[in-house]
Amino acid sequence: MTRETLDRNIQNIREEVLMLSSMVEQAMHKSASLFRSRDLVTARKVMSEDVEINGKRNAIESAVMIVMATQQPMAHDLRLLAGILEIATELERMGDYAKGIAKLVIRLGTSDYPVPYSDLEKMTELGISMLHDAITAFVKEDYKKAVRIPQEDDKVDALYDTVRQDTIDKIMAKPASAPQAQMMFAAAHNLERFADRVSNICERTVFICTGEFMEMESEDAEEDFYTEDDE
Amino acid sequence: MKSIEPPETRYALETQDLAIYYQTFRAVKDVSLKVIPRRITAIIGPSGCGKSTVIRSFNRMNDYISGSRMEGSILFHGKNLASADIDPVMIRRKIGMVFQRPNPFPKSILENITWGARINGIKENMGQLVERSLREAALWDEVKDILNQSALSLSGGQQQRLCIARVLAVRPEIILMDEPCSALDPIATLKIEELMRTLSSTYTIIIVTHNMQQAARASDYTAFFNMDTDRAGMMVEFGITNQIFTNPRDQRTEDYITGRFG
Repeated sequence: MTRETLDRNIQNIREEVLMLSSMVEQAMHKSASLFRSRDLVTARKVMSEDVEINGKRNAIESAVMIVMATQQPMAHDLRLLAGILEIATELERMGDYAKGIAKLVIRLGTSDYPVPYSDLEKMTELGISMLHDAITAFVKEDYKKAVRIPQEDDKVDALYDTVRQDTIDKIMAKPASAPQAQMMFAAAHNLERFADRVSNICERTVFICTGEFMEMESEDAEEDFYTEDDE
Repeated sequence: MKSIEPPETRYALETQDLAIYYQTFRAVKDVSLKVIPRRITAIIGPSGCGKSTVIRSFNRMNDYISGSRMEGSILFHGKNLASADIDPVMIRRKIGMVFQRPNPFPKSILENITWGARINGIKENMGQLVERSLREAALWDEVKDILNQSALSLSGGQQQRLCIARVLAVRPEIILMDEPCSALDPIATLKIEELMRTLSSTYTIIIVTHNMQQAARASDYTAFFNMDTDRAGMMVEFGITNQIFTNPRDQRTEDYITGRFG
């Protein structure tokens, strides 16, 4: 072997990406449990732990820069490192969605608004499972698997549409519940975006493996409806 | 000069205000460099910045150039290598050197290893010494069946690793490498770099290279040298390699490593 140092550096960074992904997964998992528990201690914990997620993302960026500056990565190595920069940014933003949900639950407080638990939890479950699969495909550089994962996003989008309709119905029936209804719709929006970003990660994996850019985002049903920039 | 103080307090080698003259010309001035033990320190810089002059002073190779002299000090185990009462032969046993062009003796592979060890009075069993040295230099598997063949039958990369093995045979503390890969192809170069990485767990390595990508790839610390307005070489910046190549402190270093020099 002639590039042991480079290989070791890349392997370390790959493990850091895995670590970041698992931090984001846990954050979203905790956040989703808040719909039912309304546990403010956990909600604040999710918010404070987002700082660690941001820190990990920054550490990955510096590590990638050092390898690029010192090891002259080429071809696949270069695509992998450039892809990791993108993936780390996606993961960091996905952590922000978990934080956003925690914030919304804190604002919701003990309100008796009929939260669409089941749909929100299904969206979470799907999003986390998509993330898990996407990171596995990234680590194994399995681009065939990466191509299939964004198809799951259609299920998330369908649930999102259901929550949207549910929100409209509840506001029509009881206009005073509009603020809480809007909060839960915003939570659903975060979950919808979470799954969208999984598709971006899959696009990066395809790029790393093949060098080809492939658009994989499914039709964005929410785009014409909800235009507030959440990034 | 801007520098980052390395964490270790005991240095493998430490220069203080080192200046080196050729006749009346001051080729190098004001070099205060701390070399961390069992790490790889690279010296980079443009032609004429004095980097080879400095590394050659560390085992008194400049003694062969008439009219050369040193001011300041080079501390090694508390002794000043720059002073006249130092025995250069003893120093060269502790501080070995690998040169730009592989320069094996025109003898067998085996004799290349044993010759230096014999005249240095090494007591080690010669068979063991040959195997140890060649293994450490990552050459054993390639030459173990042809030890009696001429060293000149080896490829350039193998010859250079043989020269490294020859240095290792006398168990030095520091290995100086003056452009060790400039005569080698890219793959042989990467092999030497990985070998340096392995050796750095036991030995201190100082490498001079005009190939800054090599310094970036292979070293832990980097010293950037440049020529001052009076044409004397000087150390502009010293730091951890990762920092020098991502965020140098001195504009002159930035200009050099980004290719905007001069």
